[in-house]
Amino acid sequence: MSARIGIVTFPGSLDDADAARAVSVAGGTPVALWHGDDDLKKVDAVVLPGGFSYGDYLRCGAIARFAPVMAQVIEAADGGMPVLGICNGFQILCETHLLPGALTRNDHLHFICRDQKLRIENTSSDWTRDFAPGQEIVIPLKNGEGGYVADETTLDRLEGEGRVIARYLDVNPNGSYRDIAGICNERGNVVGLMPHPEHAVEDLTGPSTDGVFFFASALTSLLAGADR
Amino acid sequence: MLVARVIVDVMLKPEILDPQGRAVQGALGRLGLSGVTDVRQGKQFVIDIDGELDDARRAKLEQLASELLSNPVIEDYRMSVVSDDEAGA
Repeated sequence: MSARIGIVTFPGSLDDADAARAVSVAGGTPVALWHGDDDLKKVDAVVLPGGFSYGDYLRCGAIARFAPVMAQVIEAADGGMPVLGICNGFQILCETHLLPGALTRNDHLHFICRDQKLRIENTSSDWTRDFAPGQEIVIPLKNGEGGYVADETTLDRLEGEGRVIARYLDVNPNGSYRDIAGICNERGNVVGLMPHPEHAVEDLTGPSTDGVFFFASALTSLLAGADR
Repeated sequence: MLVARVIVDVMLKPEILDPQGRAVQGALGRLGLSGVTDVRQGKQFVIDIDGELDDARRAKLEQLASELLSNPVIEDYRMSVVSDDEAGA
């Protein structure tokens, strides 16, 4: 049986359906999770999808952080379960402090939607291990508050520990410090990414199929974990 | 009825870029206000509470001001009680 990857739907989530499809395309079994659920339905990994949870009220991700399902996600993440936060999901992971730093309004103030070139800089995290080191990919980016910020000490630590998993190439679309598009936690099981791999898994609809590697990586990680 | 009004002001930390504030600064200049050197945009929460604002509720407010109303990674908050019939001050 293929690995079960849960996708959480919050009020205002937009990309849960695409994330579920991406999991299927990669060979996993998507499992719908609801923000008000108290259990994770025995999933092996969790995706927090993009969108505007709770209307982005207060701060992006600030209210979703306290959703009942998040207590379970935080506990599972602390136990090593692979967790990927995309866009709004990245914001939620920062608000929970599972990942350091925060996402703030794009420095140019405009909402941006473009096919974005990235360089994968970490191929040991649970969500990037199927990439080649330094691989350049193109996946959609769409955000209004995607500027990654953290203090210098935190940025230096992330760089020193190889925890910047992806960096923007050609242009920095939102003012993110040090062109950071995605990071992971110390253990490498929790990854936050501002661009959207789930929109780049099929030729018909995406600018590439590069995004599927993120979801395939999680399946690889889970298989490796089962062998340990 | 005892009623307390608590004000929580939340501002981006000085080292965090505030693009909204910068846009407002530009608009102030265009609309004829000279000499504006900086604008920072923040949030204000006005919280009315029934009953006595005892130490336990104050502590809870402080906790939620730092965990929910602000994100300590990028923001500072300041909390003040502006009216509290119980205090009678």
